[in-house]
Amino acid sequence: MEDLLIIKGIEFKSRLWVGTGKYKSFEETARAIEASGTDVVTVAVRRVNILDRNKENLLDYIDPKKYKILPNTAGCFTVEEALRYARLAREAGISDMVKLEVIGDEKTLFPDVCGLLKATEILAKEGFIVLPYTNDDPITAKRLVDAGAAAVMPLGAPIGSGLGIRNPYNIKIILETVKVPVIVDAGVGTASDVAIAMELGCDAVLVNTAIAGAQDPIMMAQALKHACIAGRFAYKAGRIPKKLYASASSPLEGMLI
Amino acid sequence: MKVRVNGMDMEVKANTLMELLEELDINPKRVVVEVNLEIVKRDKFSSYVIKEGDSIEIVNFVGGG
Repeated sequence: MEDLLIIKGIEFKSRLWVGTGKYKSFEETARAIEASGTDVVTVAVRRVNILDRNKENLLDYIDPKKYKILPNTAGCFTVEEALRYARLAREAGISDMVKLEVIGDEKTLFPDVCGLLKATEILAKEGFIVLPYTNDDPITAKRLVDAGAAAVMPLGAPIGSGLGIRNPYNIKIILETVKVPVIVDAGVGTASDVAIAMELGCDAVLVNTAIAGAQDPIMMAQALKHACIAGRFAYKAGRIPKKLYASASSPLEGMLI
Repeated sequence: MKVRVNGMDMEVKANTLMELLEELDINPKRVVVEVNLEIVKRDKFSSYVIKEGDSIEIVNFVGGG
């Protein structure tokens, strides 16, 4: 049974999306990504190290024919910077998608939503498929969609914090507020966090540090793969309502008097 | 000729962007190039003539979240 996520006509088989930062080596990156079962990976745009004659390239290890490449604008603190990075990324000729980040503060890496809105509007008009990394505010999510976002990527918690889904109620309201896919981005620490996001009804979860920073990244990638599937199934299966008191699982009928 | 590449001042022999990439031993298929804040299309690398004082950025994809 296929359960594709479709964004602007692009089909995603996996609902676990994986970042490629912070791994010990390109080889480990490739193995973790393979183990996660994902078909979409994020990348950053940076200067080529012109002094390094070795020059191994990430794309030598991650085949763009096998994985959809989602470039980000990580590290950009202004609209202008984010636009510049997004345009450079698109020029690579691999993808029109951009995981748009306009960061507002170094310590929290929380998004600057005013800048994010402006950049989303400009890039969407330029034909980009814009996936903005945003905070967990439903109103901002709605504004981003109005500005042309193809999906919204609210944070579960600060990037790399591993604090999990800190405000599941807001994520739930975002899901009810916007019609585009909602992809939790940032904050996941372990398998249960992925499951919680998926059980809420999120369309996908993006994870980087939880895998790359684990003691065994390959095993963690497998754990998150299963958690994502489990959470998605649980959401689709429809959970029972929470109740304060017990309701017996075994029948009263036939009991000895 | 003196140009600035990825923030570093350097003396290069190259006349075109393609020659510059060859001089720096960089695979043109894996990079995006910007000269003085303008992106140069990959199919123009061979014909794009660089000049003294140009500020050139050569970027690629790296690991990121």
